[in-house]
Amino acid sequence: MASKHLEEAVYVYEAPVRLWHWVNAGSIFTLAVTGYLIGSPPPSVGGEASASFVFGWIRYLHFAAAYLLAVGLLLRIYWAFVGNHHARQIFLPPVWRGSFWRELVHEIKWYAMIARQPLKYSGHNPLATLVMHVMFVWGIVFMIFTGFALYGEGTGMGSWQHNLFSSWIIPLFGQSQDVHTWHHLGLWWFACFVIIHVYAAVREDIMSRQSIMSSMFSGWRTFRDGGSSDAVD
Amino acid sequence: MTETFYDVMRRQGITRRSFLKFCSLTAASLGLGPAFAPKIAHAMETKPRIPVLWLHGLECTCCSESFIRSAHPLAKDVILSMISLDYDDTIMAAAGHQAEAIIDETIEKYDGNYILACEGNPPLNQEGMSCIIAGKPYLDQLHKAANHCKAIISWGSCASWGCVQAARPNPTRATPIHKVPGLAPKPIIKVPGCPPIAEVMTAVITYILTFERFPELDRQGRPKMFYSQRIHDKCYRRPHFDAGQFVESFDDEGARKGYCLYKVGCKGPTTYNACSTVRWNGGLSFPIQSGHPCFGCSEDGFWDKGSFYDRLTDVHGFGIEADADRIGATAATVVGGAAIAHAAVSAVKRARQKGGES
Repeated sequence: MASKHLEEAVYVYEAPVRLWHWVNAGSIFTLAVTGYLIGSPPPSVGGEASASFVFGWIRYLHFAAAYLLAVGLLLRIYWAFVGNHHARQIFLPPVWRGSFWRELVHEIKWYAMIARQPLKYSGHNPLATLVMHVMFVWGIVFMIFTGFALYGEGTGMGSWQHNLFSSWIIPLFGQSQDVHTWHHLGLWWFACFVIIHVYAAVREDIMSRQSIMSSMFSGWRTFRDGGSSDAVD
Repeated sequence: MTETFYDVMRRQGITRRSFLKFCSLTAASLGLGPAFAPKIAHAMETKPRIPVLWLHGLECTCCSESFIRSAHPLAKDVILSMISLDYDDTIMAAAGHQAEAIIDETIEKYDGNYILACEGNPPLNQEGMSCIIAGKPYLDQLHKAANHCKAIISWGSCASWGCVQAARPNPTRATPIHKVPGLAPKPIIKVPGCPPIAEVMTAVITYILTFERFPELDRQGRPKMFYSQRIHDKCYRRPHFDAGQFVESFDDEGARKGYCLYKVGCKGPTTYNACSTVRWNGGLSFPIQSGHPCFGCSEDGFWDKGSFYDRLTDVHGFGIEADADRIGATAATVVGGAAIAHAAVSAVKRARQKGGES
């Protein structure tokens, strides 16, 4: 391997994308913890009912974080239209391109330790793009829709949450309890996603010799030796 | 002309005073303003009674049992006079061929003008042989009555959703009324519950005969006035839920103090019904008030949602039954384990490569 040290850098993640990432990280963490507690409440508290609001607060945090997440997604979709081409990547994986699938196979080989060198990308590699698209984008849309459907049951018939979400999602799944179950499974879907996401980011940072973690703070992707395959555009 | 409701009531010795009381109580229970009491009275004085055929498929008769216990609108004999209940094999005097003849008579006399009230549902497997009425499958009777009726009331969870006889694996293929293939496309109102609340049943009938139309229905065909909110939304134990005060087991301190039953599996948050407002037995009590969690009897497929005492529903299709937490924790453990193993192999590979380079 060459011993020369080249640091090439590409500006990938614009400020709104970075902000979105960390708001998501915070709200998904909050949603996961409070969501789990809504399914399995903490031990009962004593005293007068009027003196405490434990479960009320847990639910309040869940709903507040959920609104943040939903509004964030809307702004992020807006940014996908006006931002740089990296801002569109996880929403539109180029599945119609043969090269996408060939490079995906290479990436799988790299993870299976068959390929000796990874291809370098300024944005996401094809495997990452696909995982982000399927697990994250579709996962978050699923959670926002089922979540608002359940929330709309509380705000009641006639509320916009009920009209837009509950009125058709609840019958679609069968009944309210089924939506609860699917929404709960979604929590674990995201637990799995976070494990994969964090592990892959740490590993790529070390093994692919390019910045991953710090890029989500600075926006710049640096390559410790040589440029990326698509760094030109 | 057939007798009006008022005629029948007077004939049965009901005073005008109790009749008017009944009208205002009904207006109140339907959530209508005081101005509607005279309208109800007027309707009952002038309109002929609606003939009703009350058919029984696969069911347990709990709907009928509930219905005859309605406290307000008035006593049971008056309720039975409000409609012209031409056929209801459980409570009618006639039996056998005499009883069955009434169905044909009603269909002929009031073609397109009677209400078909369905208690229970038809089984479709073995050509409907699992429910035989007067030597013929109930399915045939249902089709015939539905072809000539004005509208259909699906009483209870059986007719509305399927209930216990449609629970997995549903050997007779018991099917709720609105899903029966080839049934005449008549308007259907669902009044689910196992059984539905007596006052809800009588109020639905009163509404239909007063205004000659169904009350406002939700997307699934249930009257909004009784099924637009969950038990949880109006539960008197709701403050304990918000405070985080739960019954942990049935004989603990929390149970004695009347804490929220969420942790012992209360389905109140997922059940649309009027139990926590109208209550049962003349407003005496309802399951949660007596210390037992709601098990969601008015919801679709409530028999197949796992234990009555668990909030987490069993998920089928994984070979064994498991709840969301068990499936999720297993998946997260597998993914986490895979990540650790992959990291270990990656580290070894990296070390070996570095060793080779130097």
